[in-house]
Amino acid sequence: MENKGLNKVDLIFEKIEPKEVLIKAFKMSSAEIIQNMLDSGLKGRGGAGFPTGLKWKYTAAEKSSEKYIVCNADEGEPGTFKDREILERVSDKVHGGMAIAGKAIGAKMGIVYLRGEYRYMLPKLMIELDSFHKMIKEIGYDFNIEYRMGSGAYICGEESALFESIEGKRGEPRNKPPYPTVSGVFDKPTSINNVETLVTAMMIIQHGAKNFTQYGTKDSRGSKVFSVSGDTPTPGIFELELGMTVQQFVNVFGDGDTKAVQVGGASGFCVPRKKFAETIIGFEGVPTGGSMKLFNSSRSMYNLLHNYLDFFTEESCGQCTPCRVGCQQLLKGVEKVKKGEAKSTYLNELMKLADSMKIAAKCGLGQSVGNAFKSIVGNFREEIIY
Amino acid sequence: MYQVGNLVKELSDKHGRMRESLMPILQEIVQKHNYLTDEAMVEVARELDISAAEVYGTASFYTFLDTQVKGKYVIRVCKTITCSMKGKSDIIQTLEDMLKIKIGETTTDKQFSLIETNCIGWCHKAPAILINEMPYTELTPEKVSTIIKDYMQK
Repeated sequence: MENKGLNKVDLIFEKIEPKEVLIKAFKMSSAEIIQNMLDSGLKGRGGAGFPTGLKWKYTAAEKSSEKYIVCNADEGEPGTFKDREILERVSDKVHGGMAIAGKAIGAKMGIVYLRGEYRYMLPKLMIELDSFHKMIKEIGYDFNIEYRMGSGAYICGEESALFESIEGKRGEPRNKPPYPTVSGVFDKPTSINNVETLVTAMMIIQHGAKNFTQYGTKDSRGSKVFSVSGDTPTPGIFELELGMTVQQFVNVFGDGDTKAVQVGGASGFCVPRKKFAETIIGFEGVPTGGSMKLFNSSRSMYNLLHNYLDFFTEESCGQCTPCRVGCQQLLKGVEKVKKGEAKSTYLNELMKLADSMKIAAKCGLGQSVGNAFKSIVGNFREEIIY
Repeated sequence: MYQVGNLVKELSDKHGRMRESLMPILQEIVQKHNYLTDEAMVEVARELDISAAEVYGTASFYTFLDTQVKGKYVIRVCKTITCSMKGKSDIIQTLEDMLKIKIGETTTDKQFSLIETNCIGWCHKAPAILINEMPYTELTPEKVSTIIKDYMQK
């Protein structure tokens, strides 16, 4: 596997003249913009990593007079706070990225779905959105963005739940197919992209796909914004080239006593010290939407697991049984084992339950609970039992 | 309890009377009154011409659309792992002592409600809380007590 080491990059927060980039983009055809994305190898920055170029290509191919570009700013994954920072510092690039995506797929309408916890940002964002609309008008292009607020539901970060929420309903994920590219918000073809993805798309138009492919590895192109927290002397937001190992990351961000790193938040994977050197952060190893939490040897991995299971039990929408009941039973199960009310072998049953949830749960929430569960129990079994 | 009066009608004029108008309307009622009364939800149902069950069904799904009485200032303490590691319990202890209520309760003068919430996106500046929509971060018991005293004088 390629290993690029740890390199700091400054693309996302770089100050640019958005107008020039947009003029350049609007001169391109839809197919040219999409080809740029495909050539760049950009994968979605929200965590799931679907190739952005393909998403735009599929949405562009749909015949409909009405299409939408939705910006997913429902950043709820524990340990992720990069989208807030991006919106605070370079919202012009988020709005610009949406206009470029709009041009690519043939949408005149963009919606930003911002999590309720970030409502305090809205007044400033509205002023910045006004200047964006003025600028777009000056260029002579027709594209409009509006903001919709969430109201404290982690599940609304799931794309189809997010659409339901915009439509004024309970945020319960839909069955797929049809995928959003065919039938998204208001049942129209929709490309839904993460905040950072849209900014990166704009940077690709500015600097060219070739420039972007210099960064990262074959499977994980470019750089990415990481949200670093936990037991680290330097918590915060860092843009790093993809393709480093957890060890290289820990060498820079650790406190000298790092026992484990949770990569990708509660729905991500726990990497123990003995696997730091062999684990690449990226789609070829452990993928992440940016959440990197460090834990030193003073921390109880049982507490970590319990905290996450408690989180999922509360945030499960309750629609499908594998997730609703599965989360509750995993939580009750580890409590029983800890208290000695169940034998330690009961953990094996719980591991099977986590596997079943991965297969049977309706959406990404229930399917991912097993990631943290299995990697924490698998690597720190004795801490869960004793 | 509050009287909704003309509020629902005004908000429906502002946000429209379609199903997609529901969330913005409910959110703005909560911004103004901190929670939704049955009366408010029935009124919204009437304006939007949908069943009250649909309105309640939607409202009850979202933690920020409270259907229980809440105080003027709703304090949400983040309980997710980093905040929990970085001293969330001390913050809660300080708040409980100052407000003389437990987690989940509202002061008798209806000024403050204290609840726990899931990750609010300030892990690098943990522990963090929200008071209504304003985040307060890198808290210590001293810092949180100064903040609450300010709110008490408002």
